[in-house]
Amino acid sequence: MTRISGWEKALRYLLMLAVLGITVGPFLWQLSTSFKGASEDIYTYPPGFLPEHPTLGNYSGVADIIPVWDYALNSLKVALTNVVTNLVGASLAGYALARLRFRGRRLAGLAFVVALLVPLESVVIAQFTMMRDLHLNNTLTAVVLPGAVGALNVLLMRNAFANLPYEIEEAAVIDGANVWQRFLRIALPSVRGTLAVVAIFSFMGAWDDFLWPLIVLSDSDHFTLTVGLNYLHGTFQQNPRLVAAGTIVAVAPLIVLFACLQRYFFRGVGEGAVKG
Amino acid sequence: MKQPSVRVRTHRAASPWLFLIPGLGVIAAFNLYPFLTTVRKAFTDARTLTPGSWVGLRNFQDMLDDDQFWVALRNSGLYVLLVVPFTVLLPLLLALLVHKRLPGVTFFRSAFYTPVVASVVVVSLIWVWMLDDRGLINGILRFFGAGPVAFLGDEWLLLFSAMALTVWKGLGYYMIIYLAALADVPRELHEAAAVDGAGALRRFVSVTVPALRSTMVLVGALSSVAAFKVFSEVYLLAGPTGGPAGQDTTLVMLVQRTGTGLSGRVGYASALSLVVFVIALLLMLLVLRADRKESAS
Repeated sequence: MTRISGWEKALRYLLMLAVLGITVGPFLWQLSTSFKGASEDIYTYPPGFLPEHPTLGNYSGVADIIPVWDYALNSLKVALTNVVTNLVGASLAGYALARLRFRGRRLAGLAFVVALLVPLESVVIAQFTMMRDLHLNNTLTAVVLPGAVGALNVLLMRNAFANLPYEIEEAAVIDGANVWQRFLRIALPSVRGTLAVVAIFSFMGAWDDFLWPLIVLSDSDHFTLTVGLNYLHGTFQQNPRLVAAGTIVAVAPLIVLFACLQRYFFRGVGEGAVKG
Repeated sequence: MKQPSVRVRTHRAASPWLFLIPGLGVIAAFNLYPFLTTVRKAFTDARTLTPGSWVGLRNFQDMLDDDQFWVALRNSGLYVLLVVPFTVLLPLLLALLVHKRLPGVTFFRSAFYTPVVASVVVVSLIWVWMLDDRGLINGILRFFGAGPVAFLGDEWLLLFSAMALTVWKGLGYYMIIYLAALADVPRELHEAAAVDGAGALRRFVSVTVPALRSTMVLVGALSSVAAFKVFSEVYLLAGPTGGPAGQDTTLVMLVQRTGTGLSGRVGYASALSLVVFVIALLLMLLVLRADRKESAS
């Protein structure tokens, strides 16, 4: 072990505190702004970090201007649907690619790799005209569909299944289990970690997505939170307290989720980066 | 691969395709097919409400005469040039800062990751408020006797602010990638260098950087493609029309603005989309190729 001198330790903590201020400080500043009442001057100099009279008024205030809770519900619907479709679609396809032998397997695998190379930004216009032709534009269904099964998730699941030892399935084969039984009872429970990664990143991706919902949703009744916040920002930006309350509503659920499930977030970065 | 004979008999020929239908269906319908549509429409004068007809290369010729296109290409290109060096270097330094086992270090790691978890819309709106003429940053500047600076009023300051935001939001993400790679750097290398009397900077340049080179290339490739496709940060800081006189429009913003709405020029937007696709792919190949050449020499 190399020893760390006292000076180095102090310097490291000092630097870490500085970076903490830079990375987390802005969120705390926003939280503080969201609790400042209408009578409190938010432009004071020097800037006041603690609200003088903390109030939840901005949270009800923002709900009077845009239906922020309905938007949150829309985002939740989209995100949860995205989780379910990705878990089902990616684990099924990943299992077939990793464990089943059939003609055309390589080609099927290649289709997912090619899909990974096409940036979403370069197909949004075609997706938009397609949704219009299907009369789905301006619906939450249209928001969900293009990301319903992510190519990266399929490849992550394929790798997870491919890394399982064959022996555990061989025993089941001898016992006469068919392919569906093996998939559901043996393979799936063995890749819970990767399933958690896929679930979390599907949730986060859908909850945070902006470009596609912005393009496909035109009626403010169907907005998701990100599109709703953009609208709020464009129309009421003269009141930063309300915008602050809206952003806190949008970010709080993810921070809670992250606090509870950190290791899966970190694992997802590692696995996604290597494949992506 | 060991027991094909047993496994082949246990599933009927149809079942692998039953497993694949949902995934392949979505990918084919919403990814591969739209891509083919994009290629086809790039050579037509299609609009939102009319299918359009074949116009050959006219969309691409129009692009050459389109000032907005050149502005957007310049901005997206500058984004790559100015953002990528920081996203390759700063997260590496951050990873070095938090990879030593000190009490509380896992808390700092998680905290540094917070901006990654938040939606880009949320962090952009936080930054808009901080960069306000009378916002937090100008308050701090005033403390040092400077400012106020109208960050969001000037086309260049606005673009640089958006770039800073992109770098800031990516810090935690790329830090985690570097931390995973750092765990694989043999400690003995560092110790041997330290015994030989190499200082911290010298060890960083001659031990850490070579050991992490392939990870730096990976981060460079990922962040160049991401930077080139930038949309949300600039859209939110500059507004839908792209800042003063549209001078802060990026390529993807131009695609979005041109191709949507009732009078959207779908054909022209598809041609722009193709340009985005080709350049993103080239950037990826370029960075990866540079890596191979360097490791060969």
